[in-house]
Amino acid sequence: MQAIRYEAPGTVDEAVRLMQADPGARVLAGGTDLLVQFRSGVRQPTAFIDVKRIPELVDITIDDQGLRLGAATPGAAICEHDELRRRWPGLAESVALIGSTQIQGRGSVGGNMCNASPAADTPCPLIVNRAECLIVGPQGQRTVAAEHFMSGPGQNVLTSGEFLAALVLPLPDALTADAYLRLTPRSEMDIAVVGAAVSVTLDATGVCTAARVALAAVAPTPILVPDAAQALIGTHVDAAALDRAAAAARAAARPIDDKRGTVAYRRQVAGVLTKRAAAIACERARGN
Amino acid sequence: MSSIRVETTINDEPAEFLCSGPDTLLTALRDTLGLTGTKEGCSTGDCGACSVLLDGRLVPACLVLAAEVQGRTVTTVEGIAARDALHPVQQAFLEGAALQCGICTPGFIVAAKALLDANPDPTEQEARYWLAGNLCRCTGYDKIIRAVLDAAAEMRKVTA
Ligand SMILES: Cc1cc2nc3c(=O)[nH]c(=O)nc-3n(C[C@H](O)[C@H](O)[C@H](O)COP(=O)(O)OP(=O)(O)OC[C@H]3O[C@@H](n4cnc5c(N)ncnc54)[C@H](O)[C@@H]3O)c2cc1C
Ligand code: FES
Ligand code: FES
Repeated sequence: MQAIRYEAPGTVDEAVRLMQADPGARVLAGGTDLLVQFRSGVRQPTAFIDVKRIPELVDITIDDQGLRLGAATPGAAICEHDELRRRWPGLAESVALIGSTQIQGRGSVGGNMCNASPAADTPCPLIVNRAECLIVGPQGQRTVAAEHFMSGPGQNVLTSGEFLAALVLPLPDALTADAYLRLTPRSEMDIAVVGAAVSVTLDATGVCTAARVALAAVAPTPILVPDAAQALIGTHVDAAALDRAAAAARAAARPIDDKRGTVAYRRQVAGVLTKRAAAIACERARGN
Repeated sequence: MSSIRVETTINDEPAEFLCSGPDTLLTALRDTLGLTGTKEGCSTGDCGACSVLLDGRLVPACLVLAAEVQGRTVTTVEGIAARDALHPVQQAFLEGAALQCGICTPGFIVAAKALLDANPDPTEQEARYWLAGNLCRCTGYDKIIRAVLDAAAEMRKVTA
């Protein structure tokens, strides 16, 4: 048997070359999914390509273009970043929900996206914040909107030799804010039964002029729910608008029955969380 | 096949070892370097028994590859005490009887030290959330949380 290699390239180009040269190689970010899957026999890579020595993969920059979040940046570094937390509180709260302090010391947003669990916590806040996935590969760079990155449970749009370099988010407009909520039976160390992210933009009179709603764990991939957003736009996000958004979220949910929840329960919770996350996002937007 | 040579710093001392690609930091510490203070509970990131600091950040050693620590700094429970005195967290665990079988203790000590380095005055709730990834089957957690808060108070007294 060939020994499993460990490689730690220092540049994107070197990483692309290593990935291209060995179709069995896998990117290693925090390893909190990959090493668990490796040890249980679910994945048997021929090489671990550790991308954390590539400076731009573990870097957070915010400028007038927006946020560039290196794909392998550990969650703890995201939670420690004051400006990121202030501008994208919903994204930061989704990162803070992942596993434990220890898991956040390793686990990355890029790994969360690439692992493509339908119940993953960070994709929905990324989607409502219009994140673009910056992908690098043998053919150069391309970008894919976060809502199109995952293609099924455990599946993403990366092709051979490609990897995710960064998540790129535009700066939020004035009077804009996001929020993320998930339901779990335990308050820590648990996986979402349902997750909901909402971003809203208000005008000076408090009328919602733009909104995005995304749901986790109610479909094979996280989903954008335009009908729920539409229910908020043009309103003062009052109780009636929130009820219509909740109804749209329930209608869009296509969950499965499993040990974490039934179809009916998940659909109901999708509505409740949408409503609550929208109310929190509005509250925050008024303060911005 | 141990083909990768790793040079690193462990508990402020230079260290060198050989490992293979899939070896974890946890196995390297325990089986290669004989630092058996770091415990293995689950090897799936769920229990916190293997907690160590990697470049000052709290991580589960079972989900770090040994080869990754090349040129980094690692702190294990063996490196927490000062030369001549226990760390206040260790002292508080002893005085508060915050352990029974003890297998979770090294992980709690390392995680609690990381908490108090980042936040010298945590609330009980903050301490409980920070330590939520450290499991204990014996104590019921209460004495552990008390010990961590006592250590925090003690450390604030010393620095005040
Ligand atoms: C105890 C525990 C609790 C957890 N709790 C949660 C939770 O509450 N919520 C949640 O959403 N998840 C949770 N997870 C899952 C996991 O921690 C997250 O999905 C994490 O974000 C994964 O990131 P990582 O950097 O560790 O990825 P890795 O394990 O390094 O990688 C995951 C997958 O993505 C690939 N990959 C990683 N980065 C890239 C890249 N840049 N380009 C291409 N491919 C890449 C890898 O090859 C691998 O297939 C938990 C895991 C554990 C062990
Ligand atoms: S042994 Fe590493 S978390 Fe349990
Ligand atoms: S003292 Fe036995 S597991 Fe904690």
